[in-house]
Amino acid sequence: MNARTRLPSPEGHSSSGEAPRTPRGTCQSRRTFLRRAGGGLSFALVFGPAGLAARRTDSPDILDALVGADAPGSRPAEHPFGAWVRIATDGQVLIYNPAAEMGQGSMTALPVILAEEMDADWDRVRIEHSPVEPGVYGRSWGGGRGRGGSMMTAGSMAVRGYYMNLRLAGAQIRRVLLDNVAREWGVPPGELTTGPGVVVHAESGRRISYGEVAAFAEVPDELPEVSEADLKSPADFRLIGHSVPRRDVPAKTDGSAIFAMDVQVPDMLYGVIARAPVHEARPASFNEAEVRGKPGVVGTVTLDYGVGVVAETVEEAFAARDAMGIEWAGGARAEGFDSVAALGAYTGIADGESRGRPLSERGDVGAALEAAAARYEADYFNDYVYHAQMEPLGAVASVNAAGDGAEVWAGTQAPDMARAAVARELGVAVEQVTFHPCYLGGGLGRRTMADYIVEAVQLSRSVRRPVKLIWTREDDLRYGAFRPMSLQRLTAGVDSGGNLTAWTHTVVGDGRGLLASGISIGYYDIPNQRIEMRGASHGVRTKHWRAVGHGPNKFAIEAFIDDIARGEGIDPVELRRTLLGGSPRGVAVLDEVAEMAGWGAEPPSGRARGVAFVERSGTLAAGVAEISLDETSGRIRVHRFWCAADGGTIVQPRNARAQIEGGIVNGLSTALFERLTLRGGRVEQSNFHDYSILRMSDMPDIDVRFIPSTEPPMGMGEPGVPVAAGAVANAFAALTGRPLRHMPFTPERVLEALNG
Amino acid sequence: MPTTFTLNGKPVTSDAPGNAMLLWVLRERLGMTGTRFGCGVGECGACTVHLDGDPVHACRLRLSRVAGREITTIEGLSKDRSHALQQAWIEEEVPQCGYCQSGQLMQAASLLAANPSPTREEIVSHMDGVLCRCGTYGRIIRAIERASAVNTAPAGRTR
Ligand code: FES
Ligand code: FES
Repeated sequence: MNARTRLPSPEGHSSSGEAPRTPRGTCQSRRTFLRRAGGGLSFALVFGPAGLAARRTDSPDILDALVGADAPGSRPAEHPFGAWVRIATDGQVLIYNPAAEMGQGSMTALPVILAEEMDADWDRVRIEHSPVEPGVYGRSWGGGRGRGGSMMTAGSMAVRGYYMNLRLAGAQIRRVLLDNVAREWGVPPGELTTGPGVVVHAESGRRISYGEVAAFAEVPDELPEVSEADLKSPADFRLIGHSVPRRDVPAKTDGSAIFAMDVQVPDMLYGVIARAPVHEARPASFNEAEVRGKPGVVGTVTLDYGVGVVAETVEEAFAARDAMGIEWAGGARAEGFDSVAALGAYTGIADGESRGRPLSERGDVGAALEAAAARYEADYFNDYVYHAQMEPLGAVASVNAAGDGAEVWAGTQAPDMARAAVARELGVAVEQVTFHPCYLGGGLGRRTMADYIVEAVQLSRSVRRPVKLIWTREDDLRYGAFRPMSLQRLTAGVDSGGNLTAWTHTVVGDGRGLLASGISIGYYDIPNQRIEMRGASHGVRTKHWRAVGHGPNKFAIEAFIDDIARGEGIDPVELRRTLLGGSPRGVAVLDEVAEMAGWGAEPPSGRARGVAFVERSGTLAAGVAEISLDETSGRIRVHRFWCAADGGTIVQPRNARAQIEGGIVNGLSTALFERLTLRGGRVEQSNFHDYSILRMSDMPDIDVRFIPSTEPPMGMGEPGVPVAAGAVANAFAALTGRPLRHMPFTPERVLEALNG
Repeated sequence: MPTTFTLNGKPVTSDAPGNAMLLWVLRERLGMTGTRFGCGVGECGACTVHLDGDPVHACRLRLSRVAGREITTIEGLSKDRSHALQQAWIEEEVPQCGYCQSGQLMQAASLLAANPSPTREEIVSHMDGVLCRCGTYGRIIRAIERASAVNTAPAGRTR
């Protein structure tokens, strides 16, 4: 296989309006067909029962049979309308989706935006992953206009970042269709309108479908300029704001959705890697001769932080790894690291005289604290948290015989960066790397890294055959890249009138920007603020984790606000409403959730409620948790969770609710269960038996409402996360009078809080 | 020695070693990739299949143990997504990333086969071992309730 190996694009991929049982596609489908360019050898990749034979005996007959059914000639011609869309003469519209699909629904939501403005008939739309070309399909980080940029799906940026560009692209295509019909019919373009999939001339009663237009349309190389004035009024939206079924769902109910782990290519081998038990430790030696002599072993590869083995079967690869007996060189930064002790030592760093990096400063905090009638101070702690995306990492790579090109199948949040990383690894141009984006079995930020993809390439390069790299759950957890643990120290001053006048927040930890996110509280009107970060360095891998620093920071901030409210005898919603005085949107969100939860009415006996308010990715969200407590075991139970959010225009309301709900579930999971520790430099947990995540029996009833808005859309993927922990801690304090200041609120910590 | 068993109603033979785990045999040798690898230690339920109609973790089941027996995977739940649970899953738009959903569906199918109208408590206790990182639990419960309501005939196809 070489870099020019191509799928018979663009036919036969992905989902269409008819939602065939097996949506076809590079990675999204049940079957993938490959053909070696220019050679006599061709082969089929068949998933499903036929795969029985295909893996070991590649059969040209199967290829012909399958490709024949989908042969390019058997479908109507497709005409490109700019980079994003192709329209077939039968009226089918192909729209490219540039974002990763990891369950957040972007694969449907983004094409919806474009289809809206071009007035496509949604039932005739099919969707494919766009080529991995960030110069064409990327977006700017600010979400502004302009072509190109990043293809990273992260930070709740997909809908938000592409919204205007895709609307404009849709409007451009509609303009081209109108211009062509106007020319053909000899009528002024101004007399033409569109309905779903058709151009209409009302005066003469004529109609023509987009497919018919595509047959004669002349499409300029540069599509005509349009401006925001040419866009639809939200009142005319047919798709945006009206949930359409997600296109990836059917294939996720019969096992046919293809994740990287499911890809098989002929001649494929299996790779596993024994990675350093202490992050970044180097292997000094291993039983190379023994491992190479094991049954099925094709090769071994020494990496900077581990040793990989490639074998004929999964079983042989695992068995060979067990025999490695690696001696690790000393000197890794994380050697001997004890996370519990280190977190305890953060208090000393916070106590220290030396000021950290200022993050924001306003007014004169020192003077305000001096003058305060009452002062508050509290420390909050957060443990390391692991991504635990349900699909362990892995990728399939095939480096060509010359070593100067590769084909890669992977689920990644950043295909552009992954493709570039592979090219760098091979020392070739990115064009030499063919990249097939697969569905992601969850991302949570872990899949913005390309480590697991580059590893697959390293293994394949060493044997010059395709390799499926498998990470076990233990690999995934122990060589993870974690949400950093942290200490949040907060102080506040309240004047004699009960006004919050001073606020300081110092975050301590190893994670720089990962710690800073969510620490600012611009939406709260506190005249004197000082926010700073103090660093530590442990050599433990850290990474963005859904909502990043917002999880830990908003927990601390919102729990502290309730501390103050209790101290001052003010209702927690009332105090927040006062603080949000300058933000009518914020107040509306808060009032909405208070109404949803029946705030102020007595909760059922044995239960209490707590509230929290956050901003994340431009979205404002408020949540109320209703909990009870088993005082013997120390176990908190969350029964209800209400959330109101203002995220601007909600493109796919049903899916957006699922996103907020999923965020709340992750937030509750970190609030109650998730805890990763290191001792002697090694991660102490290994799998779901000792790293718990929220289960069905822990699931509260969740209600989500959106504030109606025609403002541009904001992020939906993350705001549910940070709203959870603060609400739970505040409900606990309402129930018991005791604060919870260390996440997760494990039964031991709860009992400690009760008895302490 | 090759192992023969029934997979989704058809006889299959695998020459994988008898101590190989069924999960990997299904996925890598028999092309049945709908059964997912999540933990490998019986802790997440992503690999749930039916062994003679009962839910089991394929990641912990050795090939030799299925000789002569009947395995049903997600691919065998129905030919065309027509199982009441699959329909309900689509109606409720249950999946997010989808990775856990084969296991969820197979676990749910075994519940409805034995208990066509489970209470909410019965659903939760039967389903509790199948993890979903995306937090689709609420919709899973609703979908099972929906399927049990429409489903007067026994739900499972695997006895
Ligand atoms: S993969 Fe079998 S239970 Fe998790
Ligand atoms: S849908 Fe993603 S893990 Fe369940």
